[in-house]
This record gives sequence, C-alpha cells and structure tokens, in this order.
Amino acid sequence: MVPISYYIILSGILFGLGVIAFIFKRNIITIFMSIELMLNAVNLAFVAFSREFNQLDGLVFVFFVIVVAAAEAAVGLAIVMVIARNRKSLNVEDVNLLKF
Amino acid sequence: MEFVSQHPVLVVSLIKIAIALFVVMTALAYLTWFERKVVARIQSRWGPYWVGPHGLLQPLADGIKFLFKEDVVPPTADKVSYLLAPFLALALALTTLALVPIGPASINVLGQQTQLVISHSNIALILLFAISSIGIYGVVLAGWSSNSKYPLMGGLRSSAQMISYEVSLTLSVVGVLLLAGSFDFYDIVGSQAHWPHFLSQWSLPKWYVFPQFLGFSCYLTAAFAETNRVPFDLPEAETELVAGFHTEYSAFKFAMFFMAEYANMITVSCLATLLFLGGWLSPLPESWRWQLYLPAAGLIIGGIALIIGGLRSVQWNAKAVFPVLGIVCIGIGYICTLTGPGDPVAEVIQGPFWFITKVFFLLFFYVWARGTLPRFRYDQLMSFGWKFLLPLSLINLVATGFVVVLRGRP
Amino acid sequence: MSVAMVVFIVCGALTILGAIGLILAREPVHSALSLVLVMIALAVLYLLLGAAFIAAIQILVYGGAIMVLFVFVIMLLNAGVEVRTNLSRIAFWVGLPLAVLFLIEMVYSLSHQYAAGTTLASAGAVAGPVPASTEELSMKIFTEFVLPFELTSILILIAILGALVLAKKEAS
Repeated sequence: MVPISYYIILSGILFGLGVIAFIFKRNIITIFMSIELMLNAVNLAFVAFSREFNQLDGLVFVFFVIVVAAAEAAVGLAIVMVIARNRKSLNVEDVNLLKF
Repeated sequence: MEFVSQHPVLVVSLIKIAIALFVVMTALAYLTWFERKVVARIQSRWGPYWVGPHGLLQPLADGIKFLFKEDVVPPTADKVSYLLAPFLALALALTTLALVPIGPASINVLGQQTQLVISHSNIALILLFAISSIGIYGVVLAGWSSNSKYPLMGGLRSSAQMISYEVSLTLSVVGVLLLAGSFDFYDIVGSQAHWPHFLSQWSLPKWYVFPQFLGFSCYLTAAFAETNRVPFDLPEAETELVAGFHTEYSAFKFAMFFMAEYANMITVSCLATLLFLGGWLSPLPESWRWQLYLPAAGLIIGGIALIIGGLRSVQWNAKAVFPVLGIVCIGIGYICTLTGPGDPVAEVIQGPFWFITKVFFLLFFYVWARGTLPRFRYDQLMSFGWKFLLPLSLINLVATGFVVVLRGRP
Repeated sequence: MSVAMVVFIVCGALTILGAIGLILAREPVHSALSLVLVMIALAVLYLLLGAAFIAAIQILVYGGAIMVLFVFVIMLLNAGVEVRTNLSRIAFWVGLPLAVLFLIEMVYSLSHQYAAGTTLASAGAVAGPVPASTEELSMKIFTEFVLPFELTSILILIAILGALVLAKKEAS
C-alpha cells in the first residue's frame, strides 16, 4: 500500500513545477499548458484525499474540475488566437499595450 | 519453472499477449490481401494473383519490400515527432485489442483458469474509447512533423475529422449502455443473451442491433470516418492530397501507419460485434444442439472447396498448395467434431467461432464499401458529421432514455 | 516493494519527467507532448487509487480532447522555437536552494501529518472503503450535485459560443 502522503507530495511537486513553468515561460500557449498542469496536480490531490477519507465527493469534484478545465481551455485558446492575430506574436511580453 | 508458479497471472498474460499479437499481425497482413482481392473482384479484375497461389504470398512480399526500402527522413522534419508518430499510431491501435474478449469461456492455460481476453476490466468500453482517442496524436503529429504542405493539410483535416466523428461514435454507443447497464463487455454481451420466444423455438435474437438500429447505423458511419476509410478517406486520398499525413514517410514507418489503419478497422469491427451484434452469441436458440457442429462443418466444407478449387485451377502453385490446405482444414474440422456436445472443448470453440464470423462480415462490409462508394468532399464530410450524424446520435440517446425510463428499469 | 509501490514510483517519475519536459522543451509541441505524458501517467495513478472511471475520463477528455486542442492551436499559429531567456542570477542562486528547502519542509510536514492516520477520524472519514464505481459516482453526481452539473452544461455551452465568436475571422 502506498501511503497517502506520497500522493500529496507528488501533487505538491507537480503544482510547484507548474508554477515554475508559468513564471519562466514566454509563449502564451505554454503558459496555458502550465495552468493545465497545476489543475492536474490539484486533481491528484483530490483523488488521493477521496481515497483516504472514503468519500466520493472528491471524485465528483475532479469530474467538475476536468469539465471546467475543458471549457476554460476552449475559451482561452480562442482568446490566444485573437491575440496572436492582433499582436502578430505569441510572446507574452508583446501583449503590453496597457503598460505605462 | 518457479517463476511460472510464483507469478502465474503474469506468465499466462504474457502467453495470451504473444498469441494475440501473432494472430492479429497475421490477420492484418491477410486483411490487406482480402481487401485487394475483394475490391478487385468488384472492379472485375483479379487482384493479387501471381505472388504465390492466388496472391496469398502478396502480404509477405509487401512486408519484405517495406523492410528493405530506403528510409528517407526529410531534413527539416521535427525528429522527435516524426519518429514518434507511427509508433504511437500502431501501439495504440494494438493496445485497444487487449480489452476485447472473444468468448465467454474460461480455459485452462498452464494450470491457471483464464478468460479469453487479455485484460478483463469493468470499465473496458470507456477505456477503449479513451485509448483510441489518443490515437489522434499519431495522425496530427505525423502531419505536422513532416514540415511540408500536403502532410500538414492532410494531418489537420484527418485529425479534425477524427475528433468530430468521435463525438458521434461515443454518443451512438450510449444507447447500448443504457440498455445493458454496464461498461463491461461480458455484461453487455450477456444482456443480449435472452431472446423472447414468440415463435415456437426460434425468434429474433435479442441483439442490440434490432432495438438500436439507428445507433448501429450511426456507429458504423462514425466508425468509417474514425478509421479514415472510404467514403471518408479524403485526407489520405491519392488524387487529393498526395497521400495525406503519411506522404513523407517511407519504408517501415509507412507500413506502421498502414497496419495501424487496419488494426483500427479490426478494433472497431470487434467493438461493433460486441455492442450490437451479440458478440460471441449464436443467433440460433440454445436448444438446437446441432449448431455445435457448425465450426467443424464450415471447416470441412471449406476444405473440400479448397481441394476442388485447387485441383481445377490453372496456376501450378495453386494446384499444389490448395489441396494440401484443404486437407489441413478437413483435418481441423474433424478434430472439432471429436468432442461431443457435452464436452467442454466444443463449447469453448463456439464463442470465438461466432465472434470471428461476425467480425469477418463487418470487415467484408468495410471492404465492400471501399469498392463501391465514392468519397465525400471535406466540407461535405464535416457538415455531415456535425449537422446530421451528431443530432441523430443525440436523438437516439434521448429516445432510448425515454424508453428505458418508461419501461421502469431498476 | 509491492507492485503498487513500483507502479507508483514509475508513474510518479513519469509525471515529474513530463513536467520537467514541459519546462525545458524548446518547441511548444514537445511541451504539449510532455503534458500528455503527465496526464496519462496521472490516469494510471488514479487507477492505482481505485478511481477507474475518473482515470478513463482523464485520458478521454484531458489527453484526447483538451491537449489535442492545444496541439491544433500550436500548429495553426505556427508557434516557433521558444527563445531561451537568461535566467537571472538571483533566480538561480537563491531560488533553487529555497525551492529545495521548501520541498524538504513539505515532505517532512506531509509525511508526519498523514503517517499514522490519526487525523482521519476528525476529518470526517467514513468507515470502510467506498467502491468508486461508476454507479456510485453517477448517483452522487445526479442526486447531490445535480445543480453544479446543470450549471457546467450551461458553462460548456457558453464556452462553445464564446470560442466560436472569438475565433471567427472578421468579415472584411
């Protein structure tokens, strides 16, 4: 049996790696993918806790997180396409028209 | 032998995987032969004829050709994706076959009772859809990584088509799930087993193709599009896009895409028989015991036909080989009759026999469609998928849901 | 070293490798492929935790639909090779040790918190393992959580319409 803390630690490491990717990458789409990585890490924590506390609410929450992540990815990528069309670049530092 | 006794499940699984791989690869090779023969006969020509008796060694010749061809890699191709795509396509196409059971019986292998499936899972159906939905990566990566116009267009079109029809594919299956109540293939086939007797002994079998005829048609259409077969094969048609997403692939990698397409065809046909055509159940009622001799009868008749056809044929190699094959078939048929109706061996053969017969008819339907139908234009294809097939699958689902609720299913 | 432990270590290593691949890859397509690897390895971990339906849904939705959408958009927008940034000195010499320190602290606190399972009863654990079968899950979704379910269906509809409207080329 794998102790539950192992899963939580793995989830924490994945979340941290997602944050690192979010901060250090410049391509908008890669930043989006790091958001998906963070959501996946959170899903792992939910499933692990659902197993540990013997309740199914965690799994229901995972279900909803997956659905909402799908909707968010669709709209987010549409916004990315509009940005790429307008700014002619996928570098997040080029989206700087509101900078003072 | 201690390894065998300490890990019996692992060893038996490895044996089953080896047998399944061997059978599937041979079936793939001879499916190409079968397709070329049938399409040729539809077009009033012979098909493969010279390589071996009636072209039976053609798949072997093709395999050797693919192995020895020069492997050209485009210099500007993205190496990782270029090399990954065909492996991904073939591996995923073969992995889905691990979930498909061919018979209900449990046989005894190396002292271990095992079922006729490599992996018996209680979420087998949705796992199968999940694995085949990752197969899209093979196509889209192949198209993109070749760094060339035609593959990119072909890859994007092909994968957009596969994603669109995947929705209709899964929705048309949900009607069956509502009626069966489980994701497990054994339960789904088991719930098709009882037929209502309204005409003395024989009546319509309770296969889901009859109540779910709309679902079955939607499933077959979506399956044709999902496996990129005619009439939905515009993304890889030669006159349109050179060869679509696998233009820049040569030799063995092209062979892998080819095999992946046929393996997908086999998987989809197996899924259709399990869900709609009653899997391994025979259409004749249980009380007709003579049906246990059907596999043997089929083999013996086939053997006699092979002997007579071989002796009458023009080619010298056909005259030599086919009678021998015929005698072998008659021998196997006789062995099948050796065990009587009460003996477990005859029961074990029945399930796989009906399953393979039904899969064979579906594959023949696939090849028949290829020889007969023209192909759709891409915009016609996409509008058909989204504007016609998807609403039809949804209507099927809603209607089935109504009927199930009104019938008062517990 | 049970089978479960071996599977956990292999899949955990795969997820971490995939996440590091996401960070270190130069092409966005390679990052997307590493993320798909992470998702598949996570699905195996969910199977190990007994959530079979969620594992299948993870592969089907996340791996087979969302990431395909990402790969499509990357290809359509021709996202090129990512320019390497020079990591600032502070990030390297201060950040990395701090990250390692944080990792050690997290590992220590989590393994001591949940080791003996002493906090389980106070956290509202139900006695006995509940089978996470599809039937149980769907009973929960359609009875207790039916309002969020309907709201997510409206959310998906809004997302589809939004994506269509946003990504449409303007009529010139």
